[in-house]
Amino acid sequence: MTGDLGFDIRDVITAALVLLAALMCFAAGVGLIRFPDVLSRLHAATKPQILGLIAIVADVAVTNPSVGTITLALAIVFFQSLTAPASAHMIGRAAYRTEHFRRDILVIDEYTPRQ
Amino acid sequence: MTGERAGEGELAAAEGERAAAEGERAAEGDTSQRPSRMIRARIASGLVPFLGLVLLWMLLWGQFTWLALVTGVVLALLVSVVFYLPAVRLSGRLNLVWALVFALRLLFDIVVASLQIAWTAVSPWYRPSNAIIAVPLRTRSDLVMTFTAEAVSLVPGSIVLDIDRDTSTLYLHALNVRSADDVPALKREVLATERRLIRAAGSADDLARLREGSPE
Repeated sequence: MTGDLGFDIRDVITAALVLLAALMCFAAGVGLIRFPDVLSRLHAATKPQILGLIAIVADVAVTNPSVGTITLALAIVFFQSLTAPASAHMIGRAAYRTEHFRRDILVIDEYTPRQ
Repeated sequence: MTGERAGEGELAAAEGERAAAEGERAAEGDTSQRPSRMIRARIASGLVPFLGLVLLWMLLWGQFTWLALVTGVVLALLVSVVFYLPAVRLSGRLNLVWALVFALRLLFDIVVASLQIAWTAVSPWYRPSNAIIAVPLRTRSDLVMTFTAEAVSLVPGSIVLDIDRDTSTLYLHALNVRSADDVPALKREVLATERRLIRAAGSADDLARLREGSPE
């Protein structure tokens, strides 16, 4: 697999994907601290590492390309994608109903809970 | 199996388009095709989750052997009997081309929006400015509504806070909304996601509603 340049092309892909995943998780951590209220922090807590996870899993599939790994990778991404929004939704709803968010940074609020 | 279903999906899509073109009257007079579609939808509603369980079992083992298939079928039967869940009502049609468009666009959105949110988190010039918006969807199907909410939540920058099932309304919290002028564009994004989903797997009624709503 060694190319003319003297290194494995798969190593380059691995490096890029792992770096991307690490950056996404880092940004999620920073966002978790910097964002001002629960609802904003949820964005940081649940979202950027979806891409991070996809990158890591894709990396495993690239470095170890067998049917077993690739199918398992697809299953991991699929179920993580299905469940992450559900937890975000539950926390977000609870945070809104208990007023754990800052109303002053909203430009618009069209949500009026049924009383 | 897949090819057959794709063919059926195209057929149903064509039927849906014709019914939509002929308007309400045609949709009501369309009773001759309705029973077959309902039977097909009912079979699909039972079979799809079952096959999904078998497929998941084989995915988890990472091998497509007869042993995995047989144990998968046995376990799927056991799970369906022991953990009885309310039936998911499928529309009975599936357009693979639109499903692919939906999946690719979702992946694209995730990549772009992830980078945006990541930049927002580390940017020194970050000023918090969010919005909570209501988006009335056009679908009347629980499944399409759920998947729209999932897809919208999955794309960074928006979280579904609540869903009003009676009116098919999603309430979203969106990050980085500079002013109220940005809100219509956000809503259009959500409705576009819903449109792709309906074209991929929505019912003929939803398709017809889509045509009425957006003349394009």
